[in-house]
Amino acid sequence: MISIKGVSKWYGDFQVLRNCSAEIGKGEVVVICGPSGSGKSTLIKTINGLEAFQEGELVVDGTSLNKRGIDLAKLRSRVGMVFQHFELFPHLNVLRNLTISQCRVLGRGRKEAEENALKLLGMVGLEAYCRKFPAQLSGGQQQRVAIARALSMDPVAMLFDEPTSALDPEMIKEVLDVMVDLAKNGMTMVVVTHEMGFAKQVADRVIFMDHGSILEDKPKEEFFGSSGSERCQQFLSKILAH
Amino acid sequence: MLAAGLDWSIFLQPSFDQSGNYLTFLLTGLKWTIYLSVTAWVIAFVFGSFVGLLRTLPNSLCVALAAAYVELFRNIPLLVQLFIWYFVFPEIIPVLGTWFKQSVNPLLQQFIAATLCLGFFTSARIAEQVRSGIEAIPKGQRLAGLALGFTLLQTYNLVILPVAYRIIIPTLTSEFLNVVKNSAVASTIGLIELSRQSQQLGEFTSHWYESFIAVTLLYGAINLTVMVLSRYLERFSRLSGYIGGRH
Ligand SMILES: Nc1ncnc2c1ncn2[C@@H]1O[C@H](COP(=O)(O)OP(=O)(O)OP(=O)(O)O)[C@@H](O)[C@H]1O
Ligand SMILES: [Mg+2]
Repeated sequence: MISIKGVSKWYGDFQVLRNCSAEIGKGEVVVICGPSGSGKSTLIKTINGLEAFQEGELVVDGTSLNKRGIDLAKLRSRVGMVFQHFELFPHLNVLRNLTISQCRVLGRGRKEAEENALKLLGMVGLEAYCRKFPAQLSGGQQQRVAIARALSMDPVAMLFDEPTSALDPEMIKEVLDVMVDLAKNGMTMVVVTHEMGFAKQVADRVIFMDHGSILEDKPKEEFFGSSGSERCQQFLSKILAH
Repeated sequence: MLAAGLDWSIFLQPSFDQSGNYLTFLLTGLKWTIYLSVTAWVIAFVFGSFVGLLRTLPNSLCVALAAAYVELFRNIPLLVQLFIWYFVFPEIIPVLGTWFKQSVNPLLQQFIAATLCLGFFTSARIAEQVRSGIEAIPKGQRLAGLALGFTLLQTYNLVILPVAYRIIIPTLTSEFLNVVKNSAVASTIGLIELSRQSQQLGEFTSHWYESFIAVTLLYGAINLTVMVLSRYLERFSRLSGYIGGRH
C-alpha cells in the first residue's frame, strides 16, 4: 500500500529525513514514535505529497511520487490525514466540513455527500452536532469530526499526526476509541503518537525515529519486548513513565 | 459669537456656475467624491487581493513581483502619482494617450486619472492587508485543504480566503475611509469633488465657515455610513467563538 525506499529530505543544509525505508501493507496499522524534532511529521507529510523529498522512492497505492507531473491533489484525496490541531474549517458548520471536499473533489452531489457525512458522523457519535460550528465543539469532538471528514473521501489509508496530543486527558479516550474501531475494521493506518496503550492494543508494527532516521521497525510484541536499541529503550522509559 | 454671524441662506443662493444653488453645488462634489472613492476602492480591492495573494504563494518569482508592486505604489507620494497618471501617461503612451487627451471629455479625463491613481495606490496597501490576513491563518489549514485533495486554488478559495477576509474587514473599512480622505487630492487636477467644491464656494461667497462646516458634515456622513455598513458586515460574517487565527 505504502512503500518508502531510502527517502531523504533536506531543509537547506539540515537533513530532516535520513534514508528512511518502510513497507506498509494493506490493512496494517503502524505507529511511529520518537523524540520531538525527529522527523515524524515530515515523514508522514511526504507520504501524501505535502512535503517534497530529494532522494529515494515513494509509492502510495500504486502511484509513484517520484514521477514528475503526477496529480498530487488526486493522490492526496485518496489518503486521509488527521492533524494535531484538528484543522476543521472554522467558517463552515460540521456537516459542510464533511461535504465540501466530497462535492468539490469527488464531484458527489450534495444529497449523496450529506448522507455519507451523516453516516460517518453517526459513526463517531456526533450526528446531533451537524449544524454546529467547529468552535462550538470540544477538542475531542473536533478531532472526531476531523477523522470523519478524512473518512468522507473514502481513503485507501489514513495518516494521523499526533491526533491526541493537543487534547485534555479526559478527551483522549474518545478519539482513541474511534481510531481503534477504524483499525479493527481493517483501515490502513500510519499513526504518529506517543499513546503506547493504543500501539499495544491495535498496532501491527511500531517504528522508532530519531534524528531523521528510522532506528527501529518491528512487530509490536518485539518492540515492547526488551530487545530494542538503547536509544529506543531510553525514549520508551521516558514516555511510559508518565 | 461665531454662530450668530453665520448665514446659512447662502446655500440657497444660485451658484456662480449657474448649475443650481450652492447646496446642489456641494452635493455635486459629494457625488463625484463617492463615485471616485467607490470605483478606486473596487480597483484597489481586486488588484490588492490578487497581489496580496501572490505574495503568499510558494513561488519566489510571484513573491518578488508582488513585493516590487507594493513598494512601487506605496513609496511614491500620492500627489506625484496623480500627476503621472494625469499629465505624464497621456503624453508618453502612444495612440491611446493621444486619443485620451483629444476625445475624452475633460471631466472624465480627470475622473479616470484620479480613479486609477487612487485605485493602484490603495491596492498596494490592501495587498499588504490581504497578505497579513492570509498569514494569520494557521499553516495547518492550508495543509488540511491540500490533504483533502483540493488544488492550491481551491484551498485559497474555499479554506483560506473566506476566513482571511473576515479577519481583515476592519482594516478594509479603514482603507475605504482612507480612500475617501485621499480622494481630495483629485482637486489638484481640477476634478469637482467635494473638497474642491467647498473651496470654490468659499472663494466665490467668502462664507468660508459655512462652507467648511457643511463639507465636514458631509465627509462625516460618509464615514458614519461606511462604519455602520462595516459593523453590519462584521456581525453578519462573524465566526462564533473564533478569535484571530486559532480557536
Ligand atoms: N519548514 C521547515 N524548515 C526548516 N526546518 C524544518 C521545517 N519544518 C520542520 N523543520 C525541522 O525538521 C525537523 C523535523 O521536524 P518534524 O516536524 O518532522 O519533527 P517531529 O518529529 O514531528 O517533531 P514533533 O514531535 O515536535 O512534532 C525539526 O528539527 C524541525 O525543526
Ligand atoms: Mg510533529
